[in-house]
Amino acid sequence: MPQIFPKKSNLLPHLSLGALLGSGLVVVFLVWYYFSPEYTDVGYAPEQPVAYSHRVHVDQLGLDCRYCHSFVEVADVANVPATETCMNCHEVVLPQSTELMPVRASWSDDSSIPWVKIHQVPDYAHFSHAVHVNNGVGCETCHGRIDHMDVVHLVEPLSMGWCLECHREPEKYLRPNEEITTMGYVHSAGFVQDNLNRIKQEGIRPPTNCSACHY
Amino acid sequence: MSTSTDHTATIPAEPPLVTGNLGFHDITQLVSYHTEKRPPSVWYMTLLVSSTLLSILLILIGYLVWNGVGVWGNNNPVGWGWPIVNFVFWVGIGHAGTLISAILFLFRQQWRTAINRSAEAMTIFAVICALLFPTIHVGRVWVIYWTLPLPNQMEMWPQFKSPLLWDVFAVSVYFTVSLVFWYIGMVPDLATLRDRARNTFKRRILGFFSLGWSGANRHWRNYEKTYLLLAALATPLVLSVHSVVSFDFAVSIIPGWHTTIFPPYFVAGAIFSGFAMVMTLLILARRIYGIENIITIDHLEKMAIITLLTGTMVGFAYITEFFIAWYSQVEYEQYAFINRATGPYAWAYWIMMSCNLLFPQFFWVKRLRRSIPFLFVTSIIVNIGMWFERFVITVTSLHRDFLPSSWDYFNPTWVDMLTFAGSFGLFMTLFLLFLRFMPMVAMAEVKMVLPESDPHFYDDHDESEPSTH
Repeated sequence: MPQIFPKKSNLLPHLSLGALLGSGLVVVFLVWYYFSPEYTDVGYAPEQPVAYSHRVHVDQLGLDCRYCHSFVEVADVANVPATETCMNCHEVVLPQSTELMPVRASWSDDSSIPWVKIHQVPDYAHFSHAVHVNNGVGCETCHGRIDHMDVVHLVEPLSMGWCLECHREPEKYLRPNEEITTMGYVHSAGFVQDNLNRIKQEGIRPPTNCSACHY
Repeated sequence: MSTSTDHTATIPAEPPLVTGNLGFHDITQLVSYHTEKRPPSVWYMTLLVSSTLLSILLILIGYLVWNGVGVWGNNNPVGWGWPIVNFVFWVGIGHAGTLISAILFLFRQQWRTAINRSAEAMTIFAVICALLFPTIHVGRVWVIYWTLPLPNQMEMWPQFKSPLLWDVFAVSVYFTVSLVFWYIGMVPDLATLRDRARNTFKRRILGFFSLGWSGANRHWRNYEKTYLLLAALATPLVLSVHSVVSFDFAVSIIPGWHTTIFPPYFVAGAIFSGFAMVMTLLILARRIYGIENIITIDHLEKMAIITLLTGTMVGFAYITEFFIAWYSQVEYEQYAFINRATGPYAWAYWIMMSCNLLFPQFFWVKRLRRSIPFLFVTSIIVNIGMWFERFVITVTSLHRDFLPSSWDYFNPTWVDMLTFAGSFGLFMTLFLLFLRFMPMVAMAEVKMVLPESDPHFYDDHDESEPSTH
């Protein structure tokens, strides 16, 4: 009987085994890299209705975060400031600026400025700013060097795994409460031990159970 | 030795495994023939019905995914309705195949050779149907991969303490091993089909899957060793899979579920329903395909005996549950069982009892064990009974929970019913395709149990006797 397959098809089993393993690795890599929030979300920097620069306000003028995001210590949401907060200064500072036109328009007709939200957490994950800033999680830890941004962009992936990294080992990330809004904070030597002491003293127990955030 | 000859003489002779004086070539011809010619018209009609049901299933899965599990009757307090009932039903059916092919192989039960191929096919298709139900039951099908321990952005593992997760592993391992076992056992037969194939395309496909099998001595030696090892590997799985399925219930604290008898009782029930399904399918197939000489009435009788045995074991477990409920003096347990037999679902309970415990008792009568119409009817009744067993376990235990204000009566919706009917469409479509394209009987193995395959066969049969092949 003649052979069904030519002799060179003896290579096929080895090739297909190699291809199977190879493509498996490639798929794992593609999913690991391209499907991760670090790839899909980090760097998100939408255009805002007003060209507001955090660099100018924080770095050059020295505003504290809490001047505008005033509920951060008492509420779940760190509010985007009302137009009135802007106008506290801009009534007298640059009152004729064309760039501030939308702000003045909002002020005069009592409408909201449609700021675009950048730091999105899913609806089923509850997050409280107050709990975090009152227990030593600095603004910078999650939002990055806002004081260096003309246009705010997402710095951290905000994925669940990323949350858990800190919830499982908070001592590596906490800072003294009076340094919460400091940008470019440098941890003191031996801060991990200090944090461990503080965690013990103040009973800071970041939960890692499901219903801590999903309720 | 003369003593041993005398001893064997007292054992009544086993009926021949293959009747009709078939030789090696006849068996090849009888089985391969059906993969090579146009199938009988009844095949087309059945395929039409089952593929219609399959389409309904696919449409309903789409409907379910789009709308959510609210389209089913599942609701408080019965959170596990038909999907879980159907899952356990199909997994149970998927047990006979590996029992026949692995355990009976290790016990040298040669009658298994006639039925093992189709029973294993049935197993694989039943497990596919079984895997479908929990998958769509999770609600958000698109995150079903959460059941697997894969690294992910949530840095979360599945809950290893949950029997539902053990189930994922148990059933998928069972599926994989059954599939490999089925395929390895088929290699010599695929080579037979390859050698008979006339067109190049068919020959190449079969050539690919028969892995270069040439029937060489070395091939046979490797094959038989592999088969033995796989049989040894599959044997514990036969027992473990349905034990783990029973843990889904037994590990919980619901009265009526929280019972230590569950694993053996579930395994017996699974073998019971699996053998019934094999009988249903093979009674039809042997008739339609004219292979009554290979799958003989003696094979069917042996299956009937196993059905009688396992059915009685299951019935014994039903009664033991009642005894333990009384003996435990736990009032909740007692209530659960009294409610089962006399409550709003008493009708289902008594269907289960009569189909599973009482009906197989007819098999004590040899005439009924060998009556094809009776076997066929009983095999269907057994599977109705086994579906109701799962229904009784799941629904009656849940519908009256710890809080009487939430007691309710479970009603399935039309989606429940058509999805279940559709799963039969999936099962039958796959089985019909198997009958059409694959050797439905393990030809090589059947040939091995022919008396002529004994190397010493011709020692006693001298040349003067007419050869049987």
